[in-house]
Amino acid sequence: MNLIVCVKQVPDTTDVKIDPATNTLVRQGVAAVLNPFDAYAVEEAVRIKEKHGGKVTALTMGPPQAVQVLRDAIAVGADEGILLSDRAFAGADTLATSNTLAQAIRKIGAFDLILCGKQAVDGDTAQVGPGIAALLDIPQIIFVRAIRELSADKIIAERMTEDGFDVVESTLPCLISVVKGINEPRLPSLRGVMTSKKAVIPTWTVQETGADPERIGLKGSPTYVHKIFTPPARTGGRKFEGETAQVVEAFVKAAAEDKLFAP
Amino acid sequence: MASIQVIGDKCIGCKKCVKVCPFGAIEMQGKLAVIDLSKCTLCGACVEPCPVEAIVLDRGDRPAGAADDSRGVWVFAEQRGGEIQSVVFELLGAGRRLAAARGCELAAVLIGSGVEERAGLLFRRGADKVYLADHPGLRDYRDEPYARLLTRMIREYKPEIVLTGATSIGRSLVPRAAVQVPTGLTADCTGLEIDPSSGLLLQTRPAFGGNIMATIKCEHHRPQMATVRHKVMEEAPEDPNRPAGELVRVSVTEADLASRTNVLETVKEIEETVNIVEADVIVAGGRGLKGPEHFAMLGELAKALGGAVGASRAAVDAGWVPYSHQVGQTGKTVKPKIYFACGISGAIQHLVGMSSSDIIVAVNKNPDAPIFNVATYGLVGDLFEIVPELTRRFKETLRR
Repeated sequence: MNLIVCVKQVPDTTDVKIDPATNTLVRQGVAAVLNPFDAYAVEEAVRIKEKHGGKVTALTMGPPQAVQVLRDAIAVGADEGILLSDRAFAGADTLATSNTLAQAIRKIGAFDLILCGKQAVDGDTAQVGPGIAALLDIPQIIFVRAIRELSADKIIAERMTEDGFDVVESTLPCLISVVKGINEPRLPSLRGVMTSKKAVIPTWTVQETGADPERIGLKGSPTYVHKIFTPPARTGGRKFEGETAQVVEAFVKAAAEDKLFAP
Repeated sequence: MASIQVIGDKCIGCKKCVKVCPFGAIEMQGKLAVIDLSKCTLCGACVEPCPVEAIVLDRGDRPAGAADDSRGVWVFAEQRGGEIQSVVFELLGAGRRLAAARGCELAAVLIGSGVEERAGLLFRRGADKVYLADHPGLRDYRDEPYARLLTRMIREYKPEIVLTGATSIGRSLVPRAAVQVPTGLTADCTGLEIDPSSGLLLQTRPAFGGNIMATIKCEHHRPQMATVRHKVMEEAPEDPNRPAGELVRVSVTEADLASRTNVLETVKEIEETVNIVEADVIVAGGRGLKGPEHFAMLGELAKALGGAVGASRAAVDAGWVPYSHQVGQTGKTVKPKIYFACGISGAIQHLVGMSSSDIIVAVNKNPDAPIFNVATYGLVGDLFEIVPELTRRFKETLRR
């Protein structure tokens, strides 16, 4: 089974601090990591390979240093990685990103299943997965929390909804996006780390990807940022300390005065 | 090719661009801002804040897209099991405002099986027109037929703006449809305005986990499409006397229904999943709960207040509560009227999921816990004493 996992390098939010003076994110020196949701997609792909055989190809678009997330994927069992990197890819919105990744997947050739994380934690759009599926004209199952069955030409998966889940069947090839909870990603083995360090990872430019210059990067992006601003800081309010009875009494009184639970 | 540069003669070294760059790509070299092109994504966030117009972003030759005769504001009237979802009424509320600003009509798109009678409700909630695709084969939400029909309607009737709820269905359907059209799509908006000068839709959304807000434009493509976060926009009220508008029946052929996916079963997890995104009151617990057995205590307080139980990532990862309850960056983003954070220290990954709640009540024994920095009311003390006491008190006072 040929599996393709789309991954993204994002700022490590466990590393992010808020500057108390300006209430803005301190981004200088923040490490870049594999998008947390993508780790579940990589793990799921590797588990499928271990059970059904086949090959896992990790694919990312980003600056040259994004190659690291491909090495992360190889360290836990992906077979190879492809980096899409070119200044002309920069400034891409979700449409241009979908176009770029879909074109790279066409170039890779035969595949049975494409896996993505639910969304990237920097942009939080969750739009690129369905975008790729639409461009490749393949079915999609978005927000998958479990794969129930997988065979050579069919997948049955649980798709998360607001109040439970749907059991969805799809033909292959298909694209799925996965949520946290689908698995517990493994830690890389020492051998995996060694393999990933030695792996030769090709970089595809616009030319090698075969992408239409009109449909990538800033030029291929219908949407763009008009402005960015920081929401007003939320500040602490009243604090009640002392014996439990006093604390509760003070809060209940304040809640009544402020009509917190007014009908 | 697109490019960005700082005009050295103009830059006054004010550092405003350094602060707004979401990617940490701008550094000061002496009095001059320098953009590190290996980090810059050409997002353009630095252009507008520069007081002296020293940053120039050349977008290349923009495609002369279809910003043409498109007219009208549409909302996708999501239904499940034939019931119009409440987010649709919020979309109609926002849509009405936008339609008024553009001087155009407001329409709803209703796709389903046996849902024609629901059109009346959409008219009473403010729709001037309803586009209806009604067919037994459209009973379950399936990506391909729904996206195909929505795409076709958009191409045929050419709306200027299309709004959809940022629900699990909306976030699966519209990214597919928008690519097929093709046009731009902005995810999970919390603010929608019409720019008075250009008439463009200004789509504001949280990015980087809500720590910054970005306003997005879609200038050259139509329609301008957005998914909209639930419980942010004001609902359009129902007016029982509002007359029905025009019902436009959209034909559905067998080819339209072709689908490579099928819904085998729809499972509601009533016991396990309380929809915390919809709840007005959330009582959430974290590591301080010390074990799964104590979540029942939070459930009691939630019950007394008519709310739902939430949890921090620590509590979910420890296996105390199912993932569907998780609030925060890798869980859900919630905006209830009142959020109780019990035994939650307030890591940034949690704060981004709940800090836009109207009121935050924190219960924590550590008076220096960061959660108190965002709490409207901070209760310092032992949650195992405070929470049951709160439950008892509110059961008394709220018994009406």
